[in-house]
Amino acid sequence: MKDFIIPDRDFGTPAAKSKTMVTLTIDGFDITVPEGTSIMRAAAEIGITVPKLCATDSIDAFGSCRLCLVEIEGRAGTPASCTTPVAPGLKVHTQNAKLKQLRRGVMELYISDHPLDCLTCSANGDCELQDMAGAVGLRDVRYEAVETHFKAKNTSGEANPQYLPKDDSNPYFSYDPAKCIVCSRCVRACEEVQGTFALTIEGRGFDSRISFGAKTDTAITSDCVSCGACVQACPTATLQEKSIIEIGTPERSVITTCAYCGVGCSFKAEMRGDELVRMVPYKHGKANRGHSCVKGRFAYGYASHKDRILSPMIRDSINDPWKEVSWPEAMEFAANRMNGLIAKHGRHSVGVITSSRCTNEETFLVQKLTRAVFQNNNTDTCARVCHSPTGYGLGQTFGTSAGTQDFDSVEETDVVILIGANPTDGHPVFASRLKKRLRAGAKLIVVDPRRIDLVDSAHIKAAHHLQLTPGTNVAVVTAIAHTIVTEGLFDEEFIRTRCDWDEFQDYAAFVADPRHSPEATQLLTGVKAEELRAAARLFARGGNGAIYYGLGVTEHSQGSTTVIGIANLAMLTGNIGRRGVGVNPLRGQNNVQGSCDMGSFPHELPGYRHVKNDSVREVFESLWGVKIDNEPGLRIPNMLDAAVEGTFKGLYCQGEDILQSDPDTKHVAAGLAAMECVIVHDLFLNETANYAHVFFPGSSFLEKDGTFTNAERRINRVRKVMAPKQGYADWEVTQMFANAMGAGWAYTHPSQIMDEIAMLTPSFAGVNYERLEEMGSIQWPCNEQAPEGTPLMHIDGFVRGKGKFIVTEYVATDEKTGPRFPLLLTTGRILSQYNVGAQTRRTENVVWHDEDVLEIHPHDAEVRGVRDGQFVKLASRSGETSLKAKITDRVSPGVVYTTFHHPDTQANVITTDYSDWATNCPEYKVTAVQVSPSNGPTEWQEEYNAQAAHSRRVLAAE
Amino acid sequence: MSADTTTKLVYMANQIAKFFESKPHDEGVAGIASHINDFWEPRMRSKFFEIVDAGGTGLRPLVLEAAANIRRPVAA
Ligand code: SF4
Ligand code: SF4
Ligand code: SF4
Ligand code: FES
Repeated sequence: MKDFIIPDRDFGTPAAKSKTMVTLTIDGFDITVPEGTSIMRAAAEIGITVPKLCATDSIDAFGSCRLCLVEIEGRAGTPASCTTPVAPGLKVHTQNAKLKQLRRGVMELYISDHPLDCLTCSANGDCELQDMAGAVGLRDVRYEAVETHFKAKNTSGEANPQYLPKDDSNPYFSYDPAKCIVCSRCVRACEEVQGTFALTIEGRGFDSRISFGAKTDTAITSDCVSCGACVQACPTATLQEKSIIEIGTPERSVITTCAYCGVGCSFKAEMRGDELVRMVPYKHGKANRGHSCVKGRFAYGYASHKDRILSPMIRDSINDPWKEVSWPEAMEFAANRMNGLIAKHGRHSVGVITSSRCTNEETFLVQKLTRAVFQNNNTDTCARVCHSPTGYGLGQTFGTSAGTQDFDSVEETDVVILIGANPTDGHPVFASRLKKRLRAGAKLIVVDPRRIDLVDSAHIKAAHHLQLTPGTNVAVVTAIAHTIVTEGLFDEEFIRTRCDWDEFQDYAAFVADPRHSPEATQLLTGVKAEELRAAARLFARGGNGAIYYGLGVTEHSQGSTTVIGIANLAMLTGNIGRRGVGVNPLRGQNNVQGSCDMGSFPHELPGYRHVKNDSVREVFESLWGVKIDNEPGLRIPNMLDAAVEGTFKGLYCQGEDILQSDPDTKHVAAGLAAMECVIVHDLFLNETANYAHVFFPGSSFLEKDGTFTNAERRINRVRKVMAPKQGYADWEVTQMFANAMGAGWAYTHPSQIMDEIAMLTPSFAGVNYERLEEMGSIQWPCNEQAPEGTPLMHIDGFVRGKGKFIVTEYVATDEKTGPRFPLLLTTGRILSQYNVGAQTRRTENVVWHDEDVLEIHPHDAEVRGVRDGQFVKLASRSGETSLKAKITDRVSPGVVYTTFHHPDTQANVITTDYSDWATNCPEYKVTAVQVSPSNGPTEWQEEYNAQAAHSRRVLAAE
Repeated sequence: MSADTTTKLVYMANQIAKFFESKPHDEGVAGIASHINDFWEPRMRSKFFEIVDAGGTGLRPLVLEAAANIRRPVAA
């Protein structure tokens, strides 16, 4: 195991960005720093640490503790070094008799109102107050405070009104007001870093206290989203991770990458032995810059949850109970079955599903298994059900499916269009960075059927919310283009030089047609024409314009068309090829990008190259020594159709739960039930495993080496911090299975797999583990032309040459409301849960979301007699389920909304099998439904639960 | 081939056609053909041709025009 102890010094104040340099002298040493740097930071850069309490380099200085005093020759007094900027020629002294005395005095005051139980304090060894007492040479406290905040009772035994008990309401951290020094770091972290404004300082002077909003609010009842930024900023034990309280301080740390969402935050996994003590977002992580959300920082408990399966299991039929077996036995059983199926039904009768949660290396091996060992192209991935339209749409217009920017780019954006994405819940750390930019003055246009938090939240208000009817994205995007073209707001210079001018003319003529005007489409889309025009003008004329979008764009029958429309808008306004602009797909799972890059799709080999290209196949054929099929393979829905038809018999499914995550649950169940060998490789007996014959237990991201690629194409290292609990990393399991089928693979470390990827894939040619070690992370393409990787795409020209405008005709989805199903259901996700919830449901995160609820407008609720919190039946033409109603005007009349994090809800029993025309990405975002009051679970839910319980039985090994 | 699969394939082909119908005619025909060639597994294309050969009931005209340029899978 490699140990990375990276000195993570606190420079006290954030780095200044100025290009003008200033030279000064500190304690006799010359130092040159950018203008705007604090004296504290300048001193830190030459290794001089000025004592400090209220400053930390993740937030702006506040200057309240007065511990960081310095003397400047020729200036009166003792200014605070954290709030005093450098100036040319200053001569600064950080240590002399006067300063020493002043600092001791400050410390004495603090300590007199602080409990002296350091030895048993949870922050012992990790407390800045303790450190500072040492640093200033505090040896005794000369007076005993009469009034304190920390004594529960005063000397005569009466209750101390200043004493506040500990707030343990948050499952992950505690707030102990007795230890608070009111440095306000937490308040500033919540505002500046997280952007939630949950904390305030109440009262003044001696009475001032940190509070979670209103006086009566506890951490859990407040607006707090449990990101932990305040805990990280707190210099004392006041805000403290409960894991530290329980375990003690860590002794080493390993840099790794969050396994939850597509932001791909870097973390220090802080360890004691092989016990994970806490996760701390890594300051030098380029995606997250030291911030994280509740999932990455706190919700790792699933990795050691009792539900985790640690032994391989097999069974002859899905009606039998599981039998625990040894690894070799499981491999032999699985390989015999698969080989039997291939012998009987041909090599096209089996296939694989790769995971967007596993590493690139693992995904690569799974698709290699089907291509080189099964010798077909039947590989697909859950990215199918989320971002496949991005691949198609951006591929057609720009020449590559790649998102165009890095996350840092948002710092230079002036106008953001956010369409079909809810980053405060889905991509929280990106949301925090976006909010920071919005507070600095950038404008926001939200296109979403639902009033997401960003439309109106603390210190943020969207300039426009285009609250469209679900399913009308294309009409709205085209109407925006109509406005830009007909009002002459397009960037002609950009279009002439960077795009195909003739294609643009056709496109312009198409969108200029009055039937695409906002006025003509407003009845259909539900968006007021004036509002839409104003938004279009703002985007076209407001400076750097960037478009961020999510599954609300892709998961539609016209998903690919909307992506094309978005690309058109960016080209139309010249918003491509520099910082602050671009087209940015916000990808859902941690490695959606990577699983697509690695050739998970049935029509393309790693690096997005179609299997029909002889020259591409040859490269693989010569290295792998097999013939690669030149026909596209089956996609997930096609696999299921083929299974029902009887021509698809065997599936190896790694780290995905298609039964829960894919639409039309009944069809998925029928497809799985028709197969003769389903191998599920996962941490838990997931829903799909109810139909499996072989179960390979998986390893968590803490237990293996590898890489994840985030939404900015950034390849981040995942590092093993503990041994796999079930014996093998997932790539080893796949290799054992491949070898049981006769593959003869001999990888001994994932770095060798990456070397093979680099050899086969031009956009990865320059990637290897050594380079990743040196650079921290790399954004592909990384090769001879771009040895340092590529933060921004299409700088001097589009990947395909000229940008291609493509007309986007609106085609109404066939999923229409009618008398039986008069409401439109759309789906989404929430912050504390992740995807199908298999992990987050097995953590304390359930305190925020213990069940899925149905949001319904008061009007629709009233006419149906639905009351808040009551069970309702939700029915579509596919099926019905029941869940509790939540009455809210976040959704428009006629629209209902739910999440799909809990299997009991079975939201996908409702969704239909309609899908994107180009990629078959399912239409999750629009389903016609009816809602009616009900008393509890539907028959299907009960049947399903009975089947699941029956199927999950495990026989103890003899 | 079940009625269900037929309906699905016809539906999918028509959905593709609706996108390409807004293009100039020849480009649209070529677009449909190459889309189906690139993304439909041979089993799906075989069934597609069963439908076409049986008269192509339900398929939009542009799909039928494109059929000539869609690769017939060689029998497996
Ligand atoms: S809770 Fe911690 S960070 Fe916040 S004011 Fe108190 S000591 Fe400072
Ligand atoms: S955990 Fe995050 S949201 Fe909650 S108070 Fe702390 S900084 Fe604010
Ligand atoms: S879930 Fe996403 S935003 Fe949260 S810590 Fe993980 S990568 Fe970062
Ligand atoms: S660190 Fe400068 S005043 Fe507190």
